[in-house]
Amino acid sequence: MRPPATGTGKPLVSIREARLHYRVGGALSALRGRSSVVKAVDGVSFDIARGESIGLLGESGCGKTSMGRLLLKLESPTGGEILFDGEDVARLRGKALRHYRARTQLIFQNPFDAVNPRFTIRSILAEPLENAGLSKDEHDARIVAALELVRLPQPAQYLDRYPHQLSGGQLQRVVMARALILQPDFVVADEPVSMLDVSVRAGVLNVFRDVRDRLGLTAIYISHDLALVRYVCERTIVMYLGKVMEDGPTEDIVREPLHPYSRALVAAVPVPNPHQSHDPLPIGRGAPDPRNPPSGCVFRDRCPLAFDRCASEVPALREAGTRHVACHLF
Amino acid sequence: MTETLLSVRDLKVSYRVGRGSLDAVDGVSFDVPRGSILGLVGESGCGKTTVARALTRVMADNAFISGGSMLFDGRDLAALSERDMNALRWREIAFIPQSAMNSLDPVYTVEYQLNEVLRLRGGMGRTEARKRCEELFEMVGIEAGRLRDYPHQFSGGMRQRVAIALALALNPKLVIADEPVTALDVIVQRQILDQLRDLQRQLGLSVILVTHDISVVAYICDRTVVMYAGRVAEQGTMEATLTQPSHPYSMGLRNAFPDLQGAASGVLTPIEGAPPSLADPPPGCRFAPRCPFSIEVCASVTPPQVEVEPGHFAACHRAGEAPLLRERARHVSTWMAEA
Repeated sequence: MRPPATGTGKPLVSIREARLHYRVGGALSALRGRSSVVKAVDGVSFDIARGESIGLLGESGCGKTSMGRLLLKLESPTGGEILFDGEDVARLRGKALRHYRARTQLIFQNPFDAVNPRFTIRSILAEPLENAGLSKDEHDARIVAALELVRLPQPAQYLDRYPHQLSGGQLQRVVMARALILQPDFVVADEPVSMLDVSVRAGVLNVFRDVRDRLGLTAIYISHDLALVRYVCERTIVMYLGKVMEDGPTEDIVREPLHPYSRALVAAVPVPNPHQSHDPLPIGRGAPDPRNPPSGCVFRDRCPLAFDRCASEVPALREAGTRHVACHLF
Repeated sequence: MTETLLSVRDLKVSYRVGRGSLDAVDGVSFDVPRGSILGLVGESGCGKTTVARALTRVMADNAFISGGSMLFDGRDLAALSERDMNALRWREIAFIPQSAMNSLDPVYTVEYQLNEVLRLRGGMGRTEARKRCEELFEMVGIEAGRLRDYPHQFSGGMRQRVAIALALALNPKLVIADEPVTALDVIVQRQILDQLRDLQRQLGLSVILVTHDISVVAYICDRTVVMYAGRVAEQGTMEATLTQPSHPYSMGLRNAFPDLQGAASGVLTPIEGAPPSLADPPPGCRFAPRCPFSIEVCASVTPPQVEVEPGHFAACHRAGEAPLLRERARHVSTWMAEA
């Protein structure tokens, strides 16, 4: 396997003012003047250094999965740009695009949805190898190596089995092996353990950490659970309604969240401890409405600290100590 | 008041499969004291939902209660006629499902669905039902103006509040909530749990909360019943079962669970292997094949419930050594497979 990539100074991925806006409502609503725009990702900028793991944290609808889809070019941005190794991803065509597809991979949330139930484990793992044009003689060796990498003991025994014959934890390792079999540089893991039982989840997370370190992977870990993000990522980006609220070292955010939204998120994480705070969360009730976000700061209608300026001016993401925060208080 | 509202004894629930049957719940016993929240914890397939379903007697077509009793306020739910059982549903025992989206009917307004319960089940008149609807919405913190909305017009958290309102409509004594917050984001999850606990205290409800999440138990429950492969592994007060887990399975669960208040360097330890197939469960202790502390007897003899402290039981042959095992369970190496 490749040695871990060392920092060449230049980030592997640069996201510049990325936007992904969807028009919602059909032609009929448009005629009635009712169509609206959902800003799934709205002016997000950050760099991902080689070998870095970043957690994208937020609730449903915050844009974290859309961000992941942009990074993998499963969607094209409606504004801004994404540079992968210095090249604008939107302009990739033909061979360059195929090369990019092999270098970037997705690890799915639900292993049972991510694989074809009629395929054996061997054919599931052979598919990317065929796409990459590898000769058939190489397949089995590569497949066994990939399964060993994700610590499936005695991998040969799984090759002729079907997905339903594996447990959730085993299948999630197969899904991980498929993402890693072409030795990508960059993986996006979208809630990869949310479908797994607790006793099994820990094993999959450990494999993820271990493989990432051994291969020097650059990774994005998408989750709504800060406890899991903390286990996997040294850096966390907190998103809310398509925008970055806070970006910094995970441990700093866990210990002392700065943005009022991060404070609520951290306070809300359940802990397996009988002695814990039952104070009401420092956040307004209700759910964010992506079709109709408030003016100014998108979080202000649920923010306990909001003041006049929050309604009139969108807070920029500014440096605050070790991190960046988008809040007029910093 | 620590009087018992529900007493489940030696409950067995089986599923007919093919020509035989499979015992999804195999000899489960626990009590629910009045006015308390009991957490029924375990992983997929441990039988926790089957127990919850058996208590409402709304079960899969091929499921049946094959033994034991469920004494609820003096009546055995296992022995009641369907007609008598039906009279208890909603009025005395109510159910909050995991996904309110799947339990609310998308083609009717929520008011219509509340009315169905209030008028058909509760025998209320139109005006009385109307008043109760508004009262219920106020209780769960939704504006009464939204009663005329359809389920899809609510967010996930709001729908779960509607499901709570529906369950509380006729002032039941016991509410069974099956993973009520699992599908929700952390912030909404916490807000719904707060709501559930406030209402439980206000109304003096008894609640059985079915969950896979020990942090939800830590946040809200008074007692814990830990299930594994159709049986009870451990039970006791929430505090005792979490701070002094006495069954190796509960110790393992605790290790596998991330704790945001814990040290950053903490390592999560999985429990190797997977739960046994209930179609062909191993003899003796069902956790033995995955247990780092198993001894010879575990593979052949089903462990009895051992009282490790007053009111705290563990079904383990080595329950007497619990403090020592707890210490050893803290080390990652204890749980490493010798593969």
